[in-house]
Amino acid sequence: MGLLKDFTDKPIKHNPVFVLALGLCPTLAVTTSLKNGVAMAAAATAVLVCANLLISLVRRFIPNQIRIACYIVIIAGFVTMVEIVMRAIAPAAINEALGIFIPLIVVNCIILGRAEAFASRHGPASSLMDGLGIGVGFLLALVAISLVREVLGAGTLWGYRLTPIRVGDTTLVPEVEPIAVIGMAPGAFIVIGLLFGLFHWMGNRRREAARAAAVPAVPRVARDFPKKPVGKPTASAEGAGA
Amino acid sequence: MNVGYVELAIGSILISNLVLAKFLGLCPFFGVSRRTSDAVGMGLAVVFVMSIASAATALIYRHLLLPTTPEHTNLLGALGLPVPEGGYVLILKTISYILVIAVLVQFVEMVLRKTVPTLYRALGIYLPLITTNCAVMGIALLNTEAWRDPANGLPVHLATFNGFCGGVGFLVAMLLMSGIRERLAELPVPKAFKDLPIAFISGGLMALAFMGFANLFGIAV
Repeated sequence: MGLLKDFTDKPIKHNPVFVLALGLCPTLAVTTSLKNGVAMAAAATAVLVCANLLISLVRRFIPNQIRIACYIVIIAGFVTMVEIVMRAIAPAAINEALGIFIPLIVVNCIILGRAEAFASRHGPASSLMDGLGIGVGFLLALVAISLVREVLGAGTLWGYRLTPIRVGDTTLVPEVEPIAVIGMAPGAFIVIGLLFGLFHWMGNRRREAARAAAVPAVPRVARDFPKKPVGKPTASAEGAGA
Repeated sequence: MNVGYVELAIGSILISNLVLAKFLGLCPFFGVSRRTSDAVGMGLAVVFVMSIASAATALIYRHLLLPTTPEHTNLLGALGLPVPEGGYVLILKTISYILVIAVLVQFVEMVLRKTVPTLYRALGIYLPLITTNCAVMGIALLNTEAWRDPANGLPVHLATFNGFCGGVGFLVAMLLMSGIRERLAELPVPKAFKDLPIAFISGGLMALAFMGFANLFGIAV
């Protein structure tokens, strides 16, 4: 049960991008298309899960003063492995697009953050689940951002053109010119800003709903008496003056 | 593959600004830009560390990671140790860069504390954060493996200068952003967009403005 919770808590409630605001560089840089976003999330998740597992296994042998340096070396080792594997199995276009952001996983604050905040204090099984949960959260965030940017910025989805839509000889939807700027640097900032706002808005609404449900029913007597009759005249006087 | 100082400076500061065009160093860009004084402190610390780190990583790249060519010798090879066909670039690049950067940051912190206490007091709290600042590692990679000519990378003096310019570009972006955010803090922003979301959108508009520098003086980056 506890293990499952280590996993299920993470993707939404502790989303690394939208709640903790970590790992922003790859989030903005590689989300020009869904394929790139998924590849980046897979690479980062592989490093995160392996590093979390190993760090939690050796956590009792690492002296406290040099723990950060040890974590960095462990993470750098896994990043190198992932880079070599990516070169072997991923298509050249994806390697081109991810570029320096694969070696830069080593300075991704999500991974060092989880090592320090979770793996150094929990057992291997919990740490593994935590890594998977955070990785799924990262994947969800990247998919959300790159979905918007690919559809609006390039007019494609997973590399397939969306418009024009034709059935036989009749054109149902004519070809739509994509909004190129969404695929470029400014679009990345703006799309993420808007998604961040959406996430905050949903969070605020959930919290308000929870608060409204938690407030006890007001006794009838108290409700019938107005609480602060003093504040009213001042406000109306000001209104009259203006 | 010859580049000049002016071309590098204009390219790194304006045309492909580290933050606004290359998406490096975004965590401090949004995390430490609420007050102008913090932003300037962080920016200066980054300029300092990035120049030194660029020099160190360029030296490592040319003299330890790459195989020997007429332009540069691999020191391990010169000592008679085996060097594989493509050098050690793929397997040792990430780990050697991050270790060097971490050690350098620690070293700079100690030296500053002993020698220039006033500067240390101004920059001190930002220094540890720089180890995981991806802009430093990013410019090291851009100067070496991701440079137009990965078989050589930038020469050490140009790499140092490019690191310095990248740092200045970061400082400029931080300064502009902190100015905007100090104003934003007093404006009636919708509740859901307070703080980070509106900062992202402002950053997007800044990036849009910086796109106007593309192809300035015919310099392509």
